[in-house]
Amino acid sequence: MEFFHWVQVILDNYGILLLKGTGVTVLLALVGTGVGFVIGLLIGVYKTLPIRPEDPAVKRILYKIFNFLLSAYIEVFRSTPMMVQATVIFYGAAFLFSLRLDPVMAGMFIISINTGAYMAEIVRGGIISVDKGQFEATHSIGMTHFQSMLYVILPQAIRNILPATGNQFIINIKDSCVLSVISVTELFFQTKSAAGATFQTFPAYFIACVIYFVLCFSITQLLRYLEEKMDGSDTYTIYGTEPVINGADTLKRGDK
Amino acid sequence: MDQPIIQIKNLKKAFGTREVLKDINFDVHKGEVVTIIGSSGSGKSTLLRCINLLETPTGGSILYHGENIMTTGKVHQYCAKVGMVFQQFNLFNNLNVLENCVVGQMKVLKCERQEAEERAKKYLDHVGMLQYINARPRQLSGGQKQRVAIARALSMEPDVLLFDEPTSALDPEMVGEVLKVMKDLAASGLTMMVVTHEMGFARDISDRIVFMADGIILEDSTPEELFNNPKHERTRAFLNRAMEK
Ligand SMILES: Nc1ncnc2c1ncn2[C@@H]1O[C@H](COP(=O)(O)OP(=O)(O)OP(=O)(O)O)[C@@H](O)[C@H]1O
Ligand SMILES: [Mg+2]
Repeated sequence: MEFFHWVQVILDNYGILLLKGTGVTVLLALVGTGVGFVIGLLIGVYKTLPIRPEDPAVKRILYKIFNFLLSAYIEVFRSTPMMVQATVIFYGAAFLFSLRLDPVMAGMFIISINTGAYMAEIVRGGIISVDKGQFEATHSIGMTHFQSMLYVILPQAIRNILPATGNQFIINIKDSCVLSVISVTELFFQTKSAAGATFQTFPAYFIACVIYFVLCFSITQLLRYLEEKMDGSDTYTIYGTEPVINGADTLKRGDK
Repeated sequence: MDQPIIQIKNLKKAFGTREVLKDINFDVHKGEVVTIIGSSGSGKSTLLRCINLLETPTGGSILYHGENIMTTGKVHQYCAKVGMVFQQFNLFNNLNVLENCVVGQMKVLKCERQEAEERAKKYLDHVGMLQYINARPRQLSGGQKQRVAIARALSMEPDVLLFDEPTSALDPEMVGEVLKVMKDLAASGLTMMVVTHEMGFARDISDRIVFMADGIILEDSTPEELFNNPKHERTRAFLNRAMEK
């Protein structure tokens, strides 16, 4: 069949390129989600700092100013398409500062700060959805806010936002294709070259389609596995070899 | 008498314009068990939360071994030595039973892991939860959770332990096991402040009972005195209602 013939031809001649493109796509998504997660974590933690009316005025004002800047960043990046952001930053750097950015580096930068803007809100939501009693318990044993975050709150928040983070990763796999607009040599860009060179648009993009699907689908499975792993086992081992009959149990029986 | 561990002086707390604690004065001495009773909304929880600095008082002072904790700047050291047991247990959901009792010792008191684990196990044994050190909070019953929460607080070797209705969220058949643990603690000489609706229990374990109404302390006396011979009409009415249940 002609279709399979062309798929074969494209794979033979452009397989390496498509593979490289896939590599760049995965790299973009990994870096974007990873760095974006860290950005989101930092902003989320900042935005949930306990600033109280009785704190010094300087502290409160500085906090507010920086908070405003962060909100501006989040809103700007959430309210514009990544394709436009990429173009503005890439060509803006050339126009304003005569900077010729490396497309892949620029792509990683853009996808990271774009993801960071989304992750900031996701993390903040994750933190405030942790039961207030958890904060109170950390406080009641003398933990500082920082310790409380590190050992109790963030582990729970991160667990809770894992599905949303995985979702962001998958979005990044797919949406990194818009970075082809600044000539990032990711999968979509390479597919376009292959299609242009062979004049076989459908077979070329069909291959890309399969690759994207396999990537996203396997990542979904991986994340699900990771989630289960993080939840730990449903059972636990009883400590001590002999059945221990201790204080409260004997007392419970004797109590009434 | 020696210096009280905790002295509350003219303590006030307002939420906005609403005054919840009006003018609270009392002392807690070493080894004392003080129970706070009073009707819903009288400010019992708010009082405990102020002592633990979960709420910032809007007036008055709290002295800990004679030092005003609001001004010493040693808030975290103070909190580490004044434990709290919550109605909703509030065990750290991301940690197993042992780690719940270890994390504060290591991070706040800077103990070595081995020492922290040994102490945690000692207190988990006290409350009859030693077998469950590998369990996660979600795998425990309410009564078991509360006993772990008590062990967690004890692991910090506190000077004072505050309890805010520790049995109110429990099924009736689990109340006994927690009260039993608390009774043992009271007998062991631990200094305790307990908010409870369990009148029989209050009468048994308390050295003093404080009756609160509308943000003030109406009576502060021995259990015998308070139950047999209440000074205020409101105390009498409250006790009558509580006993009917
Ligand atoms: N964070 C808050 N903001 C505003 N009002 C509050 C807050 N916390 C408590 N209050 C009010 O303070 C009053 C006292 O509350 P508190 O929880 O101390 O009562 P309580 O004696 O513990 O009652 P209960 O027996 O029902 O637990 C209540 O009227 C309550 O509505
Ligand atoms: Mg209460």
